[in-house]
Amino acid sequence: MSATTAIVTGSPERRNRKRRTVSDWIVLAGVIALAIVVVFPFLVILINAFKSPEDYATGGPLQLPASIYLDGIAAFWERVNFPEKLWNSFFISGVVAVLAVVVSVLNAYAIGIGRVRGRIPLILVFLLANMLPQEVLLYPLYTIFRSIGLYDSVWSVIITFVVIQSAFGTYLLASVFGTFPKEIIEAAALDGAGRWRTLWQVIVPVSRPTLGVLMVFFFIWTWNEFLIPLTFLISNANQTVPVAISVLQGDRLMDVTTTSASALLGLLPTLIFFLIFQRTLSRGITAGAVK
Amino acid sequence: MSTARNGSLVPFLSGRSYWWYLLPGAALLTLIILVPLGWNIFLSFTDYRGIVAPRFTGLDNWIALAGDERFWLSFRNSVAMILAMVIAPTALGLVIAAALFDVVGRKFGGRLASFLRATYYLPQILPSVIAAIVIGWILRPENGALNTILEAVGLGQLAGNWLGSPDTALGSMMVVLVWIQIGYPVVIFMAALQRVDPELYEAAEIDGAGWFRRFAAITMPMIRPEMFVVALTCTIAALKVFGPVYALTGGGPNFATIVPSYYSYSQFFQSQQVGYGAAIATALTVVIMIVSVVFVWAQNRAEKKETER
Repeated sequence: MSATTAIVTGSPERRNRKRRTVSDWIVLAGVIALAIVVVFPFLVILINAFKSPEDYATGGPLQLPASIYLDGIAAFWERVNFPEKLWNSFFISGVVAVLAVVVSVLNAYAIGIGRVRGRIPLILVFLLANMLPQEVLLYPLYTIFRSIGLYDSVWSVIITFVVIQSAFGTYLLASVFGTFPKEIIEAAALDGAGRWRTLWQVIVPVSRPTLGVLMVFFFIWTWNEFLIPLTFLISNANQTVPVAISVLQGDRLMDVTTTSASALLGLLPTLIFFLIFQRTLSRGITAGAVK
Repeated sequence: MSTARNGSLVPFLSGRSYWWYLLPGAALLTLIILVPLGWNIFLSFTDYRGIVAPRFTGLDNWIALAGDERFWLSFRNSVAMILAMVIAPTALGLVIAAALFDVVGRKFGGRLASFLRATYYLPQILPSVIAAIVIGWILRPENGALNTILEAVGLGQLAGNWLGSPDTALGSMMVVLVWIQIGYPVVIFMAALQRVDPELYEAAEIDGAGWFRRFAAITMPMIRPEMFVVALTCTIAALKVFGPVYALTGGGPNFATIVPSYYSYSQFFQSQQVGYGAAIATALTVVIMIVSVVFVWAQNRAEKKETER
């Protein structure tokens, strides 16, 4: 588990960019062809989101739009009150990302540095919490939130995901903190820093890169969640982006290009996050895999 | 296990009061995970419609489950989901990662390889419901993109109602999942390949080992830890899959694409058979636990074998 923080960066550039054989070109053509297959659906959604239904009926799905038609996107935007859904998703994911990192840090401090007794079973419990199918929590949580008046409130979703995400964060950070250089902690203690100050003024600043990666991941994972927001946020005004878009699929009023526009609006935010956080993400994905 | 073992220069470092830091996390975990989990297990032994208090019925739900054709169908479909989310992406991902790393990265430059890697990863970043809706749009029956393409190339008789007909719904769902999943193993395996010492490769090349031999003898054993991680996390994800089924088929047509998570969801909120839904969810949890334990056990065994050699 010590390699959790192993961060793989850089490109696999080697000097032997020597002779390119025919088979090299064939391999290149193969991976490019496959990559085109992978992006093809994105392109189809993109061109059809800007078509009128009549344009679609005459030109089919593969023609470029005859003229840029924005009514489909505008209609969907108005219909679901898209800014409101964006804000809900932002608020839920942002609050979860911050709180879940704080909870993970506190847990991991006790487990990884405090080395409290029974930490191995504890870590297993946290791991279990992250692995469970959410269906197993669904009805009891639904009952609890109803009885305390949080049903159909974004806070029900926030609390639930703070716990689920921090369960993973605890598991990861505990092993990161476990390898934290003891000398630094001891030096802080000799300087008269208490545990609370040692945590916030020594350990957290030193681990900031890892905490940043965790925060980005928590944000995106929460943004992409579906089952629990779908169940707990029933009124329109509280829905998240994925929920709002999916519940309108197959609606009678959604014509073919408006549906395409809805898919485009659904994928744009995460696409933007990906572009912003590209580096952090690719570091994090690989770091998470190496236990 | 004793506190003396990590005896430290500074007395407070080995104390006991670190427990305070666990308090908020443990309280939240108990409230949001452990209590609901226990409660759900309890509900699986009751008859509960969500209104009148649950009535204890012993093993009734579980006995009904054992004879429920639809329940077994949902788990058979899980096998299809594993094929689509674990086996196909792992195999394909291995080939793609090796091609990107060995050929594209070395002969055509690391930038192109990174760019292609990001392209493969694109579907992974979307919420899975949105990814499903994207493909669902292409598969739509009237003038859908796929049917239009088939007609354009003269294969019009193959066009069909991909997600709406019982013969093709599960297969179409699997294609959606392969598309969503493929980027994950590619990214992980490419990172893993960077750990492999290139000199090992060069030595094998000098010894006359072809690409495939090198791949089987050097690469595969080196990146086995990552393969275990990918296989385990993807298998769990495949057992839990919900969003795409909800967005594309609702488990239909005629339950052709029903999966355990969707089945329990529909029992909870559509049929109001909460006790029965709880039993399905509990069964799914048990399966996930067993799968995880088996994986970890197999991984440890493989590692042991490796060190013994």
